Amino acid sequence: MQISSMTALELGRKIRQREISAVEAAEASLARIREAEASLNCFVTVDEEGALARAAEVQKAVSSGTLTAPLAGVPVGIKDNMCTEGLLTTCSSKILYNFKPTYTAEAVLNLEKAGAVIVGKTNMDEFAMGSTTETSAFGVTRNPWNTEHVPGGSSGGSCAAVASGEVPYALGSDTGGSIRQPSSFCGVTGLKPTYGTVSRYGLIAYGSSLDQIGPIARDVSDCAAVLETIASWDRKDSTSVKREDCDFTAALVDDVKGLKIGIPSDYLAAGLDEEVKAAILKAADVLKTKGAQVEEFDLSLVEYAIPAYYVIASAEASSNLSRFDGVKYGYRAKEYEGLHSMYKKSRSEGFGEEVKRRIMLGSFVLSSGYYDAYYLKALRTKALIKQAFDRAFEKYDVILGPAAPTTAPKLGESLADPIKMYLGDIYTISVNLAGLPGMTVPCGLDAKGLPIGVQLIGDCFQEKKIIRAAYAYEQGRGPWELPAPACVAGTADAAGGNGGCADGGVRTAAGSGCADDGARTAAGKGGI
Amino acid sequence: MAKQYETVIGLEVHVELATKTKIFCGCSTAFGGAPNTHTCPVCTGMPGSLPVLNKKVVELAMAVGLATNCKIHQFCKFDRKNYFYPDNPQNYQISQLYLPICYEGGIEIETPAGKKIVGIHEIHMEEDAGKLIHDEWEDCSLVDYNRSGVPLIEIVSEPDMRSAEEVIAYLDKLRLIIQYLGASDCKLQEGSMRADVNLSVREAGAKEYGTRTEMKNLNSFKAIARAVEGERARQIELLEEGKKVIQETRRWDDNKESSYPMRSKEDAQDYRYFPDPDLVPVIISDEWLEEIRARQPELRTEKLLRYKKEFDIPDYDAGILTGSKRMADIFEETTALCGRPKKVSNWLMGETLRLLKEEGMEPEELSFSPENLAKLIRLTEDGTINQTVAKEVFEKIFREDIDPQAYVEEHGLKTVSDEDELRRVVEDVIAANPQSVSDYRGGKKKALGFLVGQTMKAMKGKADPGVVSRILTKLL
Repeated sequence: MQISSMTALELGRKIRQREISAVEAAEASLARIREAEASLNCFVTVDEEGALARAAEVQKAVSSGTLTAPLAGVPVGIKDNMCTEGLLTTCSSKILYNFKPTYTAEAVLNLEKAGAVIVGKTNMDEFAMGSTTETSAFGVTRNPWNTEHVPGGSSGGSCAAVASGEVPYALGSDTGGSIRQPSSFCGVTGLKPTYGTVSRYGLIAYGSSLDQIGPIARDVSDCAAVLETIASWDRKDSTSVKREDCDFTAALVDDVKGLKIGIPSDYLAAGLDEEVKAAILKAADVLKTKGAQVEEFDLSLVEYAIPAYYVIASAEASSNLSRFDGVKYGYRAKEYEGLHSMYKKSRSEGFGEEVKRRIMLGSFVLSSGYYDAYYLKALRTKALIKQAFDRAFEKYDVILGPAAPTTAPKLGESLADPIKMYLGDIYTISVNLAGLPGMTVPCGLDAKGLPIGVQLIGDCFQEKKIIRAAYAYEQGRGPWELPAPACVAGTADAAGGNGGCADGGVRTAAGSGCADDGARTAAGKGGI
Repeated sequence: MAKQYETVIGLEVHVELATKTKIFCGCSTAFGGAPNTHTCPVCTGMPGSLPVLNKKVVELAMAVGLATNCKIHQFCKFDRKNYFYPDNPQNYQISQLYLPICYEGGIEIETPAGKKIVGIHEIHMEEDAGKLIHDEWEDCSLVDYNRSGVPLIEIVSEPDMRSAEEVIAYLDKLRLIIQYLGASDCKLQEGSMRADVNLSVREAGAKEYGTRTEMKNLNSFKAIARAVEGERARQIELLEEGKKVIQETRRWDDNKESSYPMRSKEDAQDYRYFPDPDLVPVIISDEWLEEIRARQPELRTEKLLRYKKEFDIPDYDAGILTGSKRMADIFEETTALCGRPKKVSNWLMGETLRLLKEEGMEPEELSFSPENLAKLIRLTEDGTINQTVAKEVFEKIFREDIDPQAYVEEHGLKTVSDEDELRRVVEDVIAANPQSVSDYRGGKKKALGFLVGQTMKAMKGKADPGVVSRILTKLL
């Protein structure tokens, strides 16, 4: 098996067993990145030198037996909104084009302590604002399943990098679905933990009360193992929670007998693509077959989640992003007259359209005279949504639904209509508003061959329940094949072109070593 | 007849709290230090950094609230005040708007017309900003974030004061309370206490308040008094001329004794306050509140009563001694060491006040140790040195905190009590001053004083003047 086809835990095991060295693992990841980046652009920064040096260092510790963690020596991609000391951290924004942090984010430090080898920083929507990774100042990231389509966002770079085998796993952040939605679009597994589980220290804030870092990987086991590694109670983050139940891999049990699963009928209503709906219901059937009790219920208030979210997240963002002013770090306009002009020009030139839109929206809802009508009302809505989930979790262990109304749209389709893009967040946003854990697991492909993910939502601190349900589903679904590495590489020549991997026919016709393509499609079909 | 006006004044007082570390990070609050050396990602607003509240700040704010008879919000929150300025690295200040920690309090002040309560609207916690340094040579501005994140409380009074005297009385009382609590050193010159004056005037008897202005940059009590008088006169003049007072913030220039406008209400900023999502609400349990209440030190009013009762010292002296926390501490510690409250009081009321005045110092700046003053008192008590020498030695203690015992030994300042030695000196003086001797003998008793002085001078002060006088009388 190629290194780039292994899960993080498989690769980690082989490194511990001395079958593969950490350096070989890093080299394989970097080779894969060199191959695929031209067509995908998953990374803002690739740190070849740093990764190889670090891998050698980790290998020493593994060899001497001082480092035995399951992820030791395994390469990882870090979303570019997490600070990494001395390594460019841009949030995919021009305003931070040259920013090298003086410290490393706590979640990343936790990974490093466990022997992770950072190969680079992944592309994202600018400041995590967007659902397509098209608002990045450093170019769009393309979906490895079909390069004419977006990977989703905002953690699109991380998800595409995992889907294309550039890295076995990556870290993403999720403020309104930014891990779960691109995971769904890229056919990978992503988990957004309960608010407070992973320290936000060093995560460049978008919506502080909603932001949460989480893993993106090839399967449920990897997600559980990564979350176990990054979760920690951090005194540097006042919103961090002290948890005693962070042994998430203990929940990797193939047993859902008696598990009560609720599907919000509101989630299956108009607006949901029929193919996505069918795949979601099939996933529910898999769990039902395994002994879970599945029923539909009325969650209510779903329609209010989007306006509440965009008010709260934008309000927080308008304040969080005010520190980017050209004074201390990052981009400063070349020409200006006086302080006010420097602020204005640096920010006008440094931020992209979507970021400016949300800063203005957020400034507006916080303005005197509007605060009560918008911001306070949104906070009350948030509280009501939490109550609706509380009621649901009195009856159900896990809530199941789609992660997005459709599969990945084509490049350029979403940005033209921001409201439509915002509406695409309908199934993910309320999870952030209520601070709940949520997870996406691939559950099928649509007719265009684009992946669909099923979302599992748990009550606060009930990650183990969703991990257990996700793991059991994964076992029932059967193997999930990601786009074959050679196939993605083949599109490099056709970058921006017709997207060579659009369907199996083209791939096979290309004859670029996509021998397993048929198998993948078959597996996809067989699984659902 | 000219109209009578009433001045209405409210104060916003910022006080830097005496914590070792900043309000939201572990950096030192120590004054000075090379620029940007007391900083970290949090207090320089680095992307991704997060604030964590310093518990001590809450405790000191609570202590000040309790001592000023405030109620305590046992569920309070921090809010962000958004505005762009480079001294504020995040471009928002973490402060409290919606639920300040203390509210609805007040303190009693003495006025010429008797006692009066000045209400306290609220006390809130917030962070200080950094300092901008404008480099005229390089034509650029630099920022020093050492002060960024130093904890402050803002004490907002009700508009209850009517004159500069009342303002000073209120500030004096407030400062003393805070100093007694050890919550701050409250030095106006160094900026650890800053007062902004909100002032309006209205015709005597009017019910409605007039339009107010806010005065900033007041660095001493005297400047505050002058600013109050100046602004009152300016507003009355405007009204007399039929003009209107504009609601604005003005900056006081104490050298010119006048103010100029900084910004008016029209360009007042919308701070877009909202609860800081990076901080969790502060929940003050009943136990915690009681713990702080139990820990409250003796404040001035109680101390004053105790001094009169316990040490039997005059009201006036007790007032002066307790008028400064430092002075009161020195008094009590010295008394505990030497057991002579009256003597200690005399040294503080006499020489200490004289030297403070001479040096232009505040009592809070006293730096000598009670041990050395106690030793000095013992040296005078047992007659080792006389009063003249003692004063000389005290100056040394006041300035350099020397050990008086060692100093007296070293400089041979012990009083000479050997009568034979004294007699020889007196004989010399008599021989050298025939005119004075004959004056004395001729009935001019004053001449004796001169001769005693001459003897003391010859003895370099190291004699007991009483003994000298006795020997002189005998010999003459």
